[in-house]
Amino acid sequence: MTAAELDAVRLTLALAGTTTLILMLLGTPLAWWLSRRRGNLPALVEALVAMPLILPPTVLGFYLLLMLAPDSAVGALWQRLTGQQLAFSFSALVIGSVIYSLPFVVQPLQAAFARVPTTLLQAAATLGATPLDQFRSVVAPLCRRSFLVAACLGFAHTVGEFGVILMIGGNIPGETRVVSVALYDYVESLQFAEAHRLAGGLVVFSLLLLFLLYRNNGRPRADQQ
Amino acid sequence: MSALDLALRCAGADGFALDITERLSLTGVTAVFGASGSGKTTLLECVAGLRAPEPGSRIAFDDETWVDTGHSLPPWRRGIGYVFQDARLFPHLDVRGNLTYGQRRKVSAKGPTLAQVCAWLGLQDLLHRAPDTLSAGQRQRVSMGRALLAAPRLLLLDEPLANLDGDSRRQCLAALRHAIAASRIPALYVSHDAEEVSHLADRLLILAAGRVTEHGSMLDLSSRIDSALAKDEQAAAIVHCQLAAHDSPFGLSELHCEGNSLWVNHLPGEIGSLHRLRIPARDVSLCRELPRDTSILNILPVQLDEIEPGDAPRLLVRLRAGEQFLLARITRKSATALQLKVGDKLFAQIKSTALLTETAEPA
Repeated sequence: MTAAELDAVRLTLALAGTTTLILMLLGTPLAWWLSRRRGNLPALVEALVAMPLILPPTVLGFYLLLMLAPDSAVGALWQRLTGQQLAFSFSALVIGSVIYSLPFVVQPLQAAFARVPTTLLQAAATLGATPLDQFRSVVAPLCRRSFLVAACLGFAHTVGEFGVILMIGGNIPGETRVVSVALYDYVESLQFAEAHRLAGGLVVFSLLLLFLLYRNNGRPRADQQ
Repeated sequence: MSALDLALRCAGADGFALDITERLSLTGVTAVFGASGSGKTTLLECVAGLRAPEPGSRIAFDDETWVDTGHSLPPWRRGIGYVFQDARLFPHLDVRGNLTYGQRRKVSAKGPTLAQVCAWLGLQDLLHRAPDTLSAGQRQRVSMGRALLAAPRLLLLDEPLANLDGDSRRQCLAALRHAIAASRIPALYVSHDAEEVSHLADRLLILAAGRVTEHGSMLDLSSRIDSALAKDEQAAAIVHCQLAAHDSPFGLSELHCEGNSLWVNHLPGEIGSLHRLRIPARDVSLCRELPRDTSILNILPVQLDEIEPGDAPRLLVRLRAGEQFLLARITRKSATALQLKVGDKLFAQIKSTALLTETAEPA
């Protein structure tokens, strides 16, 4: 593997890791809120979360590009705070990936949370547990496996991302040139041997991750039926 | 002595509205009795804070306000213990983890120890079991232990025996009664089973369609023929008596009640200890003369105190024995044949097997 390819792998793992961390932190309360509420606002939020599943990545990428551009409100604010341009940066990739992979984290968590009986939370409340304590001591252990599934899907999906990245990140080595983009370059320039290395690597990685995830079918819990 | 002040209005699940203004003195067990849909569980959930009553409602425990206009203390700060009909054990924790869940979160330094609670409820051998391996009766005992270990100031029990039957129900009832008495924590006990209520309750709150119809001591209400309890097929009077002697050759114990002897199955208890007997009305029959040559051991001289009016084929009569009362359910035909009237001196025959004995706190 060449140094440039290693760079791309390192960048991909850094992007997927950062994105997954942020997704777990944001996705958990969002999924909890969605799982316990009914009404128009939660339905709208749920639809927004699911959008990346059906929209072409280019649509998402296009709007993100407009939003992150230096002359946009967000882009300008970012530039004033950090002194750096947001579009075509690693940070832009993280923002795009968080939005793009959001449903892969929120949906399994929301489904698992919805299966935790409210009656158990009532029991915990009468035993002195505050809502946060109820989540930590009852919901989290009952949904342990779904947390793992959500993190793995979020990570794997970010690794496999291409369209959004190309739209908002471009192809800057060491900054935004992730494995899927590097692969695209090889194919464009008809370097099929090198392309095989990256494409095959992604296939093996994804298969291995999903295999390990699905093999680890432990005792049935609230997050399984 | 604690008290619970209620001024509650709350829409129930199936159409009725709970509407209660009552002050409950909390000593021992107060049974909340009524038919299904009378608002018993709604009442308990409002007291626990699991259900919000209508604006304008007020709940106060001693001088601590739990619910008032614009204020509602959350369940986790009320210091209660709730035993649900469906146990609600945490499936990811073993029995020990369930038992200590509330104990680890309690604010009060008081409360029973794990060892005490295990002894009261017979949980020693279950500590490492997973909840889904327990029988229904075991689950309810663990649920009770979990509530007690949280050191609550008030226990709320919502038909904990509803899913049990036969021996398992009797054993669980005995364990719960023992644990409540040993912990000395006042309890509200919801039930629609008159027999269960008379085994447990010191006081009684009877609900019908969301309103309180009767409220008072178990002893008073259980001897009234116009009470909702009397309508039940299981109607029974409760009498207090003292253990006088053990008759080991025949396997019986002798109790004294208002100067008369009553024989019951052998009672493990000390001579002189106080007991509460439940005498079902349907197991009491009446005679004008003292019966001779009868297999029935227990015959008390009584005076007829009250006859249920109406023209149903079977009626309830109240009998005075000294300072206490018995109930008898007899046919209208017999009442007419014996020409029963208030003030008559009679003899009440009680089938000895019908006497359910239980230790009672000295009154």
